[in-house]
Amino acid sequence: MEDKTLIELKKEIQNKEISSYELTKFFLNRIKKIDPKLNAFITVTENDSLKKAKKIDSEIAKGNINPLSGIPIAQKDIFCTKGIKTTCGSKMLENFISPYDATVVEKLDKAGMIIIGKTNMDEFAMGSSNETSYFGDVKNPWNLNCVPGGSSGGSAASVAARLIPCSTGTDTGGSIRQPASLTGVCGIKPTYGRVSRYGMIAFASSLDQAGIFTRTAKDCAILLSHISGYDAKDSTSSKKEVPDYYKDCTKKFEKMKIGIPEEFLDGLDSKVAEVFAESINIFKSNGCEIKKISLKNSKLGVSAYQVVAPAECSSNLSRFDGVRYGFRANDVKDIDELYKKSRSQGFGDEVKRRILIGTYALSTGYYDAYYLKAQKIRTIISKEFQNAFKEVDLIIGPTAPDCAFKLGEKLNDPIAMYLSDIFTVSTNLAGLPAISIPMGFKNKLPLGLQIIGNHFDESKILSLSNHYQNLTDWHMQKPDMLGET
Amino acid sequence: MWESVIGLEIHVQLKTQSKIFSSASTNFGAEQNTQACAIDLGLPGVLPVLNEEAVKMAIKFGIAVGANIENNSIFARKNYFYPDLPKGYQISQYEIPIVSNGSINIDINKKVKKIRITRAHLEEDAGKSIHDLYENESAIDLNRAGTPLIEIVSEPDLSNAEEAVKYLKHIHSLVRYLDISDGNMQEGSFRCDANISLKKSNSSELGIRAEIKNINSFKFVEQAINYEIQRQGEILDSGKSVIQETRLFDPIRNETRSMRSKEEANDYRYFPDPDLLPVSISNNLIESIKLNMPELPNDKKERFIKQYKLTDYDTSILVLDKDLSAYYEKVLEKTDLNPKTTANWIITELLSYANKSNTEVKNYPVSFEGLASLLTYIHEGLISNKQAKIIFEKMWNNGEKPQDIIEKEDIKQISDTMEINKLVDNVIKNHYKSVEEYLSGKDKLFGFFVGEVMKESKGKANPKIVNQLLKEKLRNDK
Repeated sequence: MEDKTLIELKKEIQNKEISSYELTKFFLNRIKKIDPKLNAFITVTENDSLKKAKKIDSEIAKGNINPLSGIPIAQKDIFCTKGIKTTCGSKMLENFISPYDATVVEKLDKAGMIIIGKTNMDEFAMGSSNETSYFGDVKNPWNLNCVPGGSSGGSAASVAARLIPCSTGTDTGGSIRQPASLTGVCGIKPTYGRVSRYGMIAFASSLDQAGIFTRTAKDCAILLSHISGYDAKDSTSSKKEVPDYYKDCTKKFEKMKIGIPEEFLDGLDSKVAEVFAESINIFKSNGCEIKKISLKNSKLGVSAYQVVAPAECSSNLSRFDGVRYGFRANDVKDIDELYKKSRSQGFGDEVKRRILIGTYALSTGYYDAYYLKAQKIRTIISKEFQNAFKEVDLIIGPTAPDCAFKLGEKLNDPIAMYLSDIFTVSTNLAGLPAISIPMGFKNKLPLGLQIIGNHFDESKILSLSNHYQNLTDWHMQKPDMLGET
Repeated sequence: MWESVIGLEIHVQLKTQSKIFSSASTNFGAEQNTQACAIDLGLPGVLPVLNEEAVKMAIKFGIAVGANIENNSIFARKNYFYPDLPKGYQISQYEIPIVSNGSINIDINKKVKKIRITRAHLEEDAGKSIHDLYENESAIDLNRAGTPLIEIVSEPDLSNAEEAVKYLKHIHSLVRYLDISDGNMQEGSFRCDANISLKKSNSSELGIRAEIKNINSFKFVEQAINYEIQRQGEILDSGKSVIQETRLFDPIRNETRSMRSKEEANDYRYFPDPDLLPVSISNNLIESIKLNMPELPNDKKERFIKQYKLTDYDTSILVLDKDLSAYYEKVLEKTDLNPKTTANWIITELLSYANKSNTEVKNYPVSFEGLASLLTYIHEGLISNKQAKIIFEKMWNNGEKPQDIIEKEDIKQISDTMEINKLVDNVIKNHYKSVEEYLSGKDKLFGFFVGEVMKESKGKANPKIVNQLLKEKLRNDK
């Protein structure tokens, strides 16, 4: 059962071969058995999920069926969920219950899906290893001594370990794609503005984008159609019509021109390079033209990102001040102490580090040198991508420079940690859509292939991903969680 | 020796139905925190959505002051911590405001002075901290959080308190004409910060300024500026220098006090708000708003002078308050009265009552219909001007109708010639000696006869007719 795809489960529910209750119960049991090893969930909503499953079953019996009726999903704990705790991986919001649903949550609810729980994540989505969570590290299902990547580590690990068929994530600099790469699942970050950010706790507003984890490109396509679309509550969401991504990506594959940026291969780990080269060969011999391109400014991406993201975060996280909701320190003399102590005790080190960097970067006298310059680099990177897309349909490369690293390995070396995002951040800076799909292994740990498209070219990305998955079985590999294989 | 240089930053709450970035109501006076939605509370995950009405109102203001309207203005975040600022930043405009480079003209000593408006930008208001509700604890009311404001920043073109107040009153009048703000100063819909510095006469170099925050009445603006000019003058006279700082005006002690120095000032770390797109304003929108502009104070002033043949002085008074000028025109509409007489009545009588009791036009106890009939009674000779004043006082104080007062108190004027004739005859008969003196050249006695006739009639005789008849009779006697 756990190996079934979303599409298969959808069919079984609609054909009444299985009830939503049975399905939900099955995954809840699996979470109970396996998650203590992984710590992928912060909250599991057992009672509510089963109650909802029963309700949906009775609706189905009456013939009221929605496209994804009765299928469970895990929500990253960054999405506000009415009545369910939304912690954002922080002590600051340890007991916060949102009075409203995020648009993504609302849309999936409308499609008939059942929230089974909220997944663990780096605190306020700041991290690439899921080690900054107040609720403990998430372990990589392929090797429990390794990190699952971050920040959406819990969402990625739970799908990899088959605790759930699909989950949501958010990606500011690689927070969907990098963990997807490290856990061997499919993770898409759509074009900036494709999915509403309303109700998604902001890290860096101009970079944040919600997306999906699944095991196959086709499942990804189905879910993406459901969460996409204009939202009057998010001024930065796009009014562009949402295509039927499933239909688009399952159409007969048409020849594509694929670009490979030389810069992505410079000094690349030899095993990663080897695995990537195999993927290139598959594309070459299956209807794709490969073209070497240059994105020479993309190497500036991490630096620009490390200014823009902290700058925005320093402002976005100001609301967590202990005044209206969230953690409030005890024994304070005055309002200044209330702020200082609540924020010092409520935030973890990585969050504080970024707030400090961002505050500095926006300060009078430094704004031009840091923030403005970073924004200029951003424009340059965007233009560079635009030029590349005049020549090629899609751009590919490894998602991350290496496979999953050991827990604790990079925790005290922020620069090394930030470089985990070297291949992913520039797409966020340019607002482009990109996916990571499994492309092989190194040391029995998965490696991801990143496919980057032009704005709103999700259909093309998914089409190539599906094409690749029809030709390979990397996405069918699964970690041995219970001695099952 | 010192010349004062003053610039004002005026905060005007816009009268939109809902807040600038949320759909919560902007009504004043609701129970605390009942008009603050998730967005106003700054809950995690919420996003602002711009209220287009607020944008249109800002454009209207820009057009009225002949300013440049920016086609793509930018919202920026002004970051600082304050308990009644829920997000830890205020959404405002910084580098590219919606309105820039405008001006208005004010009259100073019968000369026109142009006051330049540097910019006017859109922003959200903060909530309110309440310190006297609980012992040892402060409370926060976020009903006001997110109310749309335009902040109107002038160049330092104002030279003294009088000019500053005049400018402030002009802007106040303008925003009410434009119907973009209720301008209610007690409720904080219209408040200002004053930047004041002194420079040596004949020097072009500006001195160090102090900013006085949040002054919410015309009178306080005048007092605060005058106090500050004196304070800075004394400092400079003693050879010391003024410190750049923010000060507060205390109306009870009539003084300004230091709030924070430049060193203690916040670094607001402005940057473009990534949650909001640039405010895209098409020229078509600007044109369509231009076409639907209401009559503005200056246009109305010209029209009044031409149409009603009023003096410049009278017009200025009537026109400054949009509601008052409307009241005036409604009185005229109701009657065939002379516009000048009507204006005089409003300015000398009605306004003296209104100003004494600080009553706004919409709360006048005397309706325009009431005033119109009172003035008609004078015009028809039914009552004298003097009687009218007595009646008006009763109308104002008790809200009675003039016809009721006249009937009840029996103060109708006697205009019947036959009746007055009798009275005149009596007076002439009873003061025969005086008549002789008058006839022998003591012209001054005429007034005495008039007074006697009025006395006989208990003040009710129409003085015009009394005069006329007396003259005739006494001439006949000659």
